[in-house]
Amino acid sequence: MQLYESLGEFKLDVLKEIGNIGAGNAATALSRLLNRPVDMQVPKVRVLPFECIADEVGGPEQVVIAIYFRVEGEVPGHLFFIFEQEPAKRLLSYLVNMNDNKDLDFCDMEISALSEIGNILAGSYLSSLADFTKLAMSPTVPQLAIDMAGAVLNYGLIQYGEMGDSALLIDTKFLEGCEEIQGTFFLIPDPDSFSKIFTALGVPIE
Amino acid sequence: MIEESTVVKVGMADLNVCREGSLRTTGLGSCVGLTLYDSISKVTGMAHVMLPSSEIAREGKLNMAKYADTAIPELIRLMQEQGAIVNRLKAKMAGGAQMFAFSSNNDMMRIGPRNVESCKQVLDHFSIPIIGEDTGGNYGRTIEIRCEDGILNIRSVQKGTKEI
Repeated sequence: MQLYESLGEFKLDVLKEIGNIGAGNAATALSRLLNRPVDMQVPKVRVLPFECIADEVGGPEQVVIAIYFRVEGEVPGHLFFIFEQEPAKRLLSYLVNMNDNKDLDFCDMEISALSEIGNILAGSYLSSLADFTKLAMSPTVPQLAIDMAGAVLNYGLIQYGEMGDSALLIDTKFLEGCEEIQGTFFLIPDPDSFSKIFTALGVPIE
Repeated sequence: MIEESTVVKVGMADLNVCREGSLRTTGLGSCVGLTLYDSISKVTGMAHVMLPSSEIAREGKLNMAKYADTAIPELIRLMQEQGAIVNRLKAKMAGGAQMFAFSSNNDMMRIGPRNVESCKQVLDHFSIPIIGEDTGGNYGRTIEIRCEDGILNIRSVQKGTKEI
């Protein structure tokens, strides 16, 4: 994985800032949508072995709600917005008063509402990045899956699979007030996208 | 808990062989969990295959377990070392789902079905019959195979548990 070893501290910081801008805007959008404060943690930029990635959201078998976007344009990649079931229910109750359904199943209406929330957040995440880098990027239509974290995140790792056994991801956790984690944003740029990001931002590539 | 036997974990893009207890891999999405079983010697093998073919590999040191076309021969070799006989081996496989449906014509998006196809081709090459299969769909799976009888237990969030 020479690609990442050559990245160095400075470039990782650049990527962290990318995550910061994107997630910051998405958090603001979420906060406006819910009309309550939403905090976020400092983004983490890491090269993680495939095995460890699902551990970030509770392990490969943890059932999560994943809203997935393929990022298209000049900087292709994968964007995941991952919730656990309970925070997702809470989110729905704040937003549209959908809390008659107490068990952890989700009806079509709820799934549709969650996809739309994901869509708004992904839109603000990517458009702020596009403004910042002046590179075109746009999300596809959201795809929602309620399934094992390992199985869904796996989908973002295929391109990295050809190159090694680890992937670079930018992840940011959201918190609502001081409560437990609401959701996690994962941006996994395709391996070839990094040089474009760095060129666009004037970071020298040796 | 007395019946609880040792479970050997098989990670992503990983393979393992054992003769007692069971082998387990979690969170299969588009990956294929392939198991080989020799009912006489009880030698059992499992591979968590991530990609169909090593031809596309761009990595320096090849991880044999990652690609269908390298993982299966390697698994067979390790099983033979433990006393398995190739023409007694029976295969079962699960996974190869398409987690998200896209109209995109990008071949990467069809990786699940391609993994399954590739595994079948390689098994066919070794003349190993596939006696059980639970592939495709759009949901994740966790699988576990018992060395004692070669029963493969498949769990999923949406479809519950089944054994093949």
